[in-house]
Amino acid sequence: MKGLLNWIDERIPLTKTYNKHVGQYPTPINFNFWYIFGFIAMIVLVNQILTGIWLTMNYNPSGEGAFASVEYIMRDVDYGWLLRYMHSTGASAFFVVIYLHMYRGLIYGSYQKPRELIWLFGMLIFLVLMAEAFMGYLLPWGQMSYWGAQVIISLFGAIPFIGDDLTLWIRGDYVISGATLNRFFSLHVIALPLVLVMLVFLHIVALHEVGSNNPDGIEIKENKDENGWPKDGIPFHPYFTVKDLAAIVGFLFFFAWVMFFVPEGGGYLLEAPNFEAANPLKTPEHIAPVWYFTPFYAILRAVPDKLMGVAMMGLSIAVLFVLPWLDRCKVKSIRYRSIWHKLNIAQFVICFVVLGILGALPSTPMLTLLARITSFGYFAYFILLFIYSKNEATKPVPERVTR
Amino acid sequence: MSNAPVDAGRRRFLTWSTAVVGGVGVGYAAVPFISSWNPSAKAKAAGAPVEVNVSKIEPGQLLRVEWRGKPVWIVSRPQSVLDNLDKIGSQLRDPNSEEPQQPEYAQNSYRSLKPELLVSVGLCTHLGCSPTYLPGSFEEQVQGVEYGFFCPCHGSKFDMAGRVFQGVPAPLNLVVPPHYYVDENTILIGNDGGESV
Repeated sequence: MKGLLNWIDERIPLTKTYNKHVGQYPTPINFNFWYIFGFIAMIVLVNQILTGIWLTMNYNPSGEGAFASVEYIMRDVDYGWLLRYMHSTGASAFFVVIYLHMYRGLIYGSYQKPRELIWLFGMLIFLVLMAEAFMGYLLPWGQMSYWGAQVIISLFGAIPFIGDDLTLWIRGDYVISGATLNRFFSLHVIALPLVLVMLVFLHIVALHEVGSNNPDGIEIKENKDENGWPKDGIPFHPYFTVKDLAAIVGFLFFFAWVMFFVPEGGGYLLEAPNFEAANPLKTPEHIAPVWYFTPFYAILRAVPDKLMGVAMMGLSIAVLFVLPWLDRCKVKSIRYRSIWHKLNIAQFVICFVVLGILGALPSTPMLTLLARITSFGYFAYFILLFIYSKNEATKPVPERVTR
Repeated sequence: MSNAPVDAGRRRFLTWSTAVVGGVGVGYAAVPFISSWNPSAKAKAAGAPVEVNVSKIEPGQLLRVEWRGKPVWIVSRPQSVLDNLDKIGSQLRDPNSEEPQQPEYAQNSYRSLKPELLVSVGLCTHLGCSPTYLPGSFEEQVQGVEYGFFCPCHGSKFDMAGRVFQGVPAPLNLVVPPHYYVDENTILIGNDGGESV
């Protein structure tokens, strides 16, 4: 066995890679609950890829056969219902986990120098994930698949001059049709997953190069013992593999509960109109995106002008990319930052959640006003952060992590 | 290995010229990949014009036909509705149809070739939902206007010439597709006969 390992190590850096990323990767000792979501996101990604491959075996990507083939998977294929619910629940779970993962980065300043690239790769993952989810949602070819895609694709029509030609090019037809379905299928099962996996790889390589942040926002690498090992670090394996396993068990409780008992999530995970086949001549009464897009959709609707609405929605995501450069504070963790920063994060979270609720409701004048206020709060977070972070009254940061 | 000194300028030129030629090659290679996303010949054929017989349409009735997969409305407007069109101009975004949402021959107060018959694509200009026709019951939406179209998605409102009301999300009037009368009772949608009547 030892001989075989040596034989391999002389040809490919197996032991070296294992030690760098798992066996001897120094992990801050003060990790808390918020540090489980990266690992869970990877598990969900594996779930999506695996169940996705299996669903593809029985799915028929055509305007005529798509809806029927999904019902065929649900009713006639052995355990087809389970594979599909694992996939559809996994899609929502992915966003739950990613949003919590991003929130963790937000409160502990994990996007700050020297982790800007980790944040950028993460944001790209988020962007690709949204595209992946959007295209995947067209595939069941139900009413909400169809009209949701109609709404989103027509957003591109708001772009001056090239808008109409661009939407025609994206659809490959004068309306959303089998041509659109087929290209979305291709992108959903091949192109975007490849990109996603590569980005996850880069995200982790970048993370392991600079090392993990922690709830105190201290660089553990700056305090090493005589062997060059960070005093506040312990090896990833076995300490954090065990912790992550425990987290996975907890996560799977929730996941299995949703999957087995409320797979439709009361119409929020799988929307009711989607149990009716796509009909280009009949618009559902109320078109709402799936819950994970609703905050951004609410921002779109809050703006009375179409082009400006699309621009604001784009900006609401784009501004997250530059977060590392908007926050000019040297202190990372919320623990040692000013009360203003805490309040700002609190109002940002409230606005984001309220926007998420509003985006799922039909618009009324009252709700539109609320959406405008919360959209303002969303953007205000970034503007205020940029202003106060330069000369923020922070608390002294300890030299070693706190337990 | 020759020991001749490196000619940096020459090397830079070769690097850049190789990169440029390669870049042009990549550009050409991208053409089939990008072009294949355009509507296929089959899709274009399916988008061919549609002929509609309007001899049996009743006043107030809405006829729905499919053209390029979109709903096209043919609405027969009673005289009372036509009389009302000029009175509500102040409540509309674009009462005189100045935005290019219709062919030239429909840029008039009725937005149609014949005053009584409106031909319009039944898709809201906000985000492409199909508005609901409210004959005689539109007053719930706009006071004093009995006939109109109401979009259930985001609440946009249109009058009986497909003109959008103010204060709603839809930015533009409904689209009038190219069309012409082949004879007294037949409309061809998708083609204006090559002439701007």
